[in-house]
Amino acid sequence: MAKSAWPAMGDRTVLGSRVSRLDGPIKTTGAAKYAYDQKLDGMLYGRFLIAPYAHGKIKSIDVSAAEAMKGVEVVQIIRNVGDEFLYAGDAIAALAATSEELAVDALDAIKVEYEILEHQMDDTTVDNVSGRVRTSEDGDVAAGFAEADIVHEGHYGVSPITHCCLESHGQVCEFKDGELWVWPSTQNVSGYADGLTKSSGLEASKIHVDCQVMGGGFGSKFGADQWGNVCTELAKAAGKPVKLMLERDQELMTAGARPSAHADVKVGLKKDGTITAWESNAWGSGGTGGAGRLQLPYVFGAIPNSKVGQGTIRTNRGSQRAWRAPGHPQSCLITMSALEDAAAEAGIDPLEFFKKNLDKLDVRLPNAENVYIEELDIAADLIGYKDKAHPRGDKTSGPIKRGLGMSMHTWGGAGHPSNADVVINPDGSVAVNCATQDLGTGARTALSIVVAETLGIPMDSVQANIGNNTLPPDNPSGGSTTIGGISSSSRDAATNALNAMFAKVASGLGVAADQLEARGGNVQEIGKPDNSMTWKKACALLGSNPIKGTGAKPTSDGTKLDNSQVGGCQMADVSVDIETGVVTINEMVAVQDIGTIINLKCAESQVHGALIMGVTYALYEEAIYDPITGKMLNADMEFYRLAGHADVGKLTVHMMQTEEHYSRGVIGLGEPPVISPGAAISNAVANAIGVRVPTLPLTPDRVLAALA
Amino acid sequence: MKAFEYAAPGDLDDAIAMLSDAPGDSAVMAGGTDLVTSMKQGLVSPNRVVSLRNVKAINGIQEAGPDLRIGAATTLGELLGHSLVADLYPSITTAVKGIGSPQLMSVGTVGGDLLQAPRCWYYRNGMGLLADDAGAANFDGDSMAVEGDNRYHAIFDNKTAQFVSASSLAPALIALGANAVVRGPKKAEREIAVADLFRTPSSSDEREHVLKGNEVISHINIPASGAKNGTYEVRTRQGLDWPIVTASVAIASSGAKVVLGHVAPTPWVSDAAGKALGGKVDETSAAKAGEEAANGATPLSHNEYKVTLVKVAVKRAAMAAAAHG
Repeated sequence: MAKSAWPAMGDRTVLGSRVSRLDGPIKTTGAAKYAYDQKLDGMLYGRFLIAPYAHGKIKSIDVSAAEAMKGVEVVQIIRNVGDEFLYAGDAIAALAATSEELAVDALDAIKVEYEILEHQMDDTTVDNVSGRVRTSEDGDVAAGFAEADIVHEGHYGVSPITHCCLESHGQVCEFKDGELWVWPSTQNVSGYADGLTKSSGLEASKIHVDCQVMGGGFGSKFGADQWGNVCTELAKAAGKPVKLMLERDQELMTAGARPSAHADVKVGLKKDGTITAWESNAWGSGGTGGAGRLQLPYVFGAIPNSKVGQGTIRTNRGSQRAWRAPGHPQSCLITMSALEDAAAEAGIDPLEFFKKNLDKLDVRLPNAENVYIEELDIAADLIGYKDKAHPRGDKTSGPIKRGLGMSMHTWGGAGHPSNADVVINPDGSVAVNCATQDLGTGARTALSIVVAETLGIPMDSVQANIGNNTLPPDNPSGGSTTIGGISSSSRDAATNALNAMFAKVASGLGVAADQLEARGGNVQEIGKPDNSMTWKKACALLGSNPIKGTGAKPTSDGTKLDNSQVGGCQMADVSVDIETGVVTINEMVAVQDIGTIINLKCAESQVHGALIMGVTYALYEEAIYDPITGKMLNADMEFYRLAGHADVGKLTVHMMQTEEHYSRGVIGLGEPPVISPGAAISNAVANAIGVRVPTLPLTPDRVLAALA
Repeated sequence: MKAFEYAAPGDLDDAIAMLSDAPGDSAVMAGGTDLVTSMKQGLVSPNRVVSLRNVKAINGIQEAGPDLRIGAATTLGELLGHSLVADLYPSITTAVKGIGSPQLMSVGTVGGDLLQAPRCWYYRNGMGLLADDAGAANFDGDSMAVEGDNRYHAIFDNKTAQFVSASSLAPALIALGANAVVRGPKKAEREIAVADLFRTPSSSDEREHVLKGNEVISHINIPASGAKNGTYEVRTRQGLDWPIVTASVAIASSGAKVVLGHVAPTPWVSDAAGKALGGKVDETSAAKAGEEAANGATPLSHNEYKVTLVKVAVKRAAMAAAAHG
């Protein structure tokens, strides 16, 4: 009888190998149909009128001219007279028209008088902190600093950034025969319908959600949101399908941001590099939302004497949303920068310094000290640390200074609750069904791999169906939980299907069902290839009806297939032009432990993507708000800069793949590799130029200011 | 978008006859990379758009005796791919490469690069190009760029306007002494220095160039001077990005010319820097030229760093020019 436990490391066929994404070709050729690509007969185009000021009230709003326009089918006022709005980009009204152009013209015809109110945009100064300040203290901080030979003080900051999903938020929907059909861009296929029950007036069971591919979420696409509901209301009122996807400017202003973070930090060190004390006063802004919780000091949470405080600044920007590893990149930047600065003041090599203080880790990763040591050593080898490392400040002549920097991170990544079923057809073909979504995990490919591995058949015999809420429900993709969830449920389902099949075909091989295994395209007596039949022949014995196995996480036989808690370290090799302040990446090295790997290629590509995203927020990315109007000045992709190929340098990824790592179970990888790049790059720049550029992104103006 | 008339005649004079001299009434479309976006954003709303795509006469690069005659509708990609341009004018090819986008290079034109509207983010957000524009009216007529975030704005000639000229090619062309052939109604033709195409508008009735609504650039003439030349751009990203500061230097036997981009509402000629370079370019004179070029800068609240960048860009452009040929 097949068991759901993962095969021994040496007994894998496709699991853990490098498999190209099954939907890669349709994505790269443009054949893939995203929500944005849906075009239904008679479809109307929805648009929002958005607030041009950061804070105000509606004095008057007149939509009559828009309503009178031929082809404008529905106009909906969202903020009425007297209503207040708290950020530029917030929705004031919406409408649906027969063409996009007409919709834009109709928005222009809406007359709104605004009363402009005071706004707060600046989140860089602690003076603007309002409300509750969280504080905590461990040990004896005064004594810790008294004991120190070196007390380093510094300021560190991370500017607000957005999610900037390449596919904006929104959906296409259509009411038909008393039911609603929705094509959203979402990271929560199974839960999406629940958010539309009020606006549609329908039970969730009558709302059909389909999202086969999606263009980025990063934590910002969990719900139907205002735009999904407004789209539904417009479609209902018009009696026609409506497409409502956010325009780029609105996407950047309203559909998700990562909170800024700033901190004044004090670190105490002994001459030998031992950390004796930590004190930080941090603050940040999540716009109209909270600023999230920082973890300071990050990773080194067991520094003996520590005092931390964190306050929040409310600003008139769109609310923050979960951004890939919420709070971690900021906490990591603040901590690793401050510690590295302290080490530099003490004249200690940072690699040696970080290793020396690994007894002050506060992470839930088992055996963490050794994991980090091993990973730091691998990263150091890969980047050529011995040859390239130098004390702070590249002393070579010329304007180009080179430096190395490093950082460490941690994340949970346990699998989420998940359901799947696996259907074995009499013709030998197999389908795996799971209402998950592919946020970047390579979910479709992962399901195929797991089922092919379990059934001992080639991947092209397995059809993976995802992205539709009629399939067995899966949880939202958030917190790096998907791969642990769907690999468990699909393994469980495939195992159950296989055992059901064994029961039907065992007599054909003259053994009991529990004496069978599926391997190499055959069903055979365990360990006896001589007594076997082909997969096809076995399936033919099923009769005319397919058999189905259902599976879940947790699995039906109680085996835990996932795990949680990872480390990971990264090193950056940068060049800084000290005359222009321009930073270029020579190489980024990422070393990542992640338990059992389902698809090595997708895993590496997750890390590549994270490094590119990390280079972007380290060097370029910043939501710039106008102090006068409170509008986002760069709500476009011109001055809201994302790294391109020419900008990212060489990316080197090393996945930990020892027997010990493999035996841990499957752990999610979306978050961890995006945590360290900012800190590693900032440390590398400091190592190159001899001074800290306190705030990300490290743009030429900031670099030159630090050097001045 | 306001409904508009569209025509794409094959003859330049027919095209010009379709244009209006009233400001904003009609628009000339070359590659359309700026115009179409600006129309979609409501920044301009012409009643008529006249495309030059079918006007063959203003396409392509010709050797006119020792001079080079570049049709205004020549794409940036064609310019980059031209071997004579590459040999003689590295300052131009460096500027084109700096645009960094194959898409823009394949449709964007030489004339369009010169006459594109500024990238000032206050302007692009509908708040007008100058402090007297209607978009700024709700904020007590403050100049947005002076009071607000001006990290990318002008550091020279920034009293009445603070945006920066967006052209990538203008500094190189001006340093090389290029002229623009401007054609108007009734076959009227005049040839003016590329430098004289640009002006700092004094009111929102004026544009940042001197052409009337019914005038177009037909060609750019680059006189053969044998000048060694080079361009240096400071850009945040290596890929698609706007330069923060550009410098172009041309060194001829008669003397050197230094032109800056992205530092003033017009391309900015620094005679003092040119003098400092003289005919002999070395590290010392290049650095001196940089210092001279930065003299007289009046940075705003957030762009003092651009003064530093001017010094470096001029120095490096001069050294690039010296290394040419």
